[in-house]
Amino acid sequence: MPEFFQFLVSGLTVGAVYALVALGFTLIYNASDVVNFAQGEFVMLGGMITVFASAAGIALPVAALIAVGVTVVVGLLLYWFAIQPARGASAVTLIIITIGASILLRGAAQVLFDKQFHKLPSFSGDMPLNIFGAAVQPQSFWVLGGTALIVLTLYIFLELTVLGKAVRATAANRLAARLVGINTTTVMALAFGGSAAIGAIAGILVTPITLTSYDVGTMLALKGFAAAMLGGIGSPLGAVAGGLLLGLLEAFGAGYISSTYKDGFAFIVILVVLFALPQGLFGRRMIERV
Amino acid sequence: MFARLGHRYGTLIILAAIIVLLPLFFPTSYYLRVASLVWVSALAAIGLNILMGQAGQVSLGHAGFFGIGGYSVAIGPAHLGVPSWLAMLIGVALSALLAYLVGRPILRLRGHYLAIGTLGFGVLVALVITTESRWTGGPDGMSVAKLTLFGWRASGSEVWYWLTGAALVAGTWLALNLSETPTGRAFRALHDSEIAARVAGIDVARFKLQAFVIAAVYASLAGSMLALMNGFINPDQAGFLHSIELVTMVVLGGLGSVVGSIVGAAVLIALPQVLTAFQEYEHLLLGAIIIVSMIFMRDGIVPTLSRRFARVRG
Repeated sequence: MPEFFQFLVSGLTVGAVYALVALGFTLIYNASDVVNFAQGEFVMLGGMITVFASAAGIALPVAALIAVGVTVVVGLLLYWFAIQPARGASAVTLIIITIGASILLRGAAQVLFDKQFHKLPSFSGDMPLNIFGAAVQPQSFWVLGGTALIVLTLYIFLELTVLGKAVRATAANRLAARLVGINTTTVMALAFGGSAAIGAIAGILVTPITLTSYDVGTMLALKGFAAAMLGGIGSPLGAVAGGLLLGLLEAFGAGYISSTYKDGFAFIVILVVLFALPQGLFGRRMIERV
Repeated sequence: MFARLGHRYGTLIILAAIIVLLPLFFPTSYYLRVASLVWVSALAAIGLNILMGQAGQVSLGHAGFFGIGGYSVAIGPAHLGVPSWLAMLIGVALSALLAYLVGRPILRLRGHYLAIGTLGFGVLVALVITTESRWTGGPDGMSVAKLTLFGWRASGSEVWYWLTGAALVAGTWLALNLSETPTGRAFRALHDSEIAARVAGIDVARFKLQAFVIAAVYASLAGSMLALMNGFINPDQAGFLHSIELVTMVVLGGLGSVVGSIVGAAVLIALPQVLTAFQEYEHLLLGAIIIVSMIFMRDGIVPTLSRRFARVRG
């Protein structure tokens, strides 16, 4: 049984990070129909900027704030200089633009930082807590708590504020949103900025556990995209559920079956789920009008 | 009709002429090697473009088939005593069979769901290759025996320049012909509207599957040739980043344009070689160039330029 809890906790911790990446995907996708393959680079930037700012002698909380701020600016620049000028282009053209952006950001990180792996100190020590016989890193609570807080904040924002309702209206129907006076350009910029912030926070929270380097973004984008699709693209709830499920699948698959095929289980399950439910677990059923 | 016919052979003749004349301008054999890399990648990109540009179905796992082709010519001679040329054919058969089997359920998915389905397939292939190190040498890769045909050993950059060049011309010829056949027209019909195509009596599932298998065969052949040319292969050939690179070649060059795939491959292979002069700024510049070209040539390099050229002429 201790084994089971060990896998459960590590699965949820990794899953929370996938969930945040998937949430970032969903936010941008809903506002603009863009599948942003540079989402993983936001996570990388969050971690790397915090590492280098705190190495320069800045206190960790301040360094983290700087990292989030800089990443938000990067997200906004991505929107204004790469997505906005190409508006109206086909979905696949926009995807290639975000792939270009991810190569660019990785290249910039290589130049500005370095190619080494970096670690942050855990926020509240490295003494593992014993829960049901499982040794749990205190940082896991930071990751899980941070994720819960972000999900809650996003929920309140989307459901209860006027701006949040504008985002949802834009997601539902861009033309109709513009007709009732919503500035959809602002909404899209907001989505890119918010998505960058979520990514950066995920990067800061998880770096003490998983380390970071200039190229961690690719794998995270891949997993986050998979999580978003598993949940059903466009559904924030689906993104979180998909992320957690993906993390659990990997942890239990690695623990009970084979650790070398860890990355495989997740994708086998995704393929099986999609064959049964072609719109993901929580996705809307699509009906094509002719 | 005759104009289209002339256009098709014109394209082929120009391509062949470029391949024949290019070595005259190459100062060292290094250029021959880069050009051969372009021909091989272009071959895979042309195949993928049949699936993406003509039939309108995306694949983010196409390097999986590239890897299967590559590892067939590596494993066949090394572990099973199968000659390279036969291993290459077995690789093609294996890729086609696998594409046929996974294609059926995967191609039921649409849009982004199809993207993640194919991506998952590619990741699984790369994972098996990386893990089964007894056969594949694991993450370090393995060496590949030289191709021998009737006692003649294919090695050296010049030999491979001509072999890959010839393969590209053949692949281009087939792809150009395909778009003029009923199959090619069916691909385009289901690209424009699946429902309209179905109403017009086109078996949508069958044609999607056909396009998927054709694209897999192109990729497998290209993968085999690259492995034989390099004398070495590693799992990166089958990896996610390579799949993305192939898709980028197709879209950058122009969806649906056979010539576009060759141009896209040339840009993505040659550009990093040029950019190495900028050392650590290489990736930064590569990313910036991809973004800027997609913003200003959103239909891809070849369709955008040929339209502009036609406007100037008209």
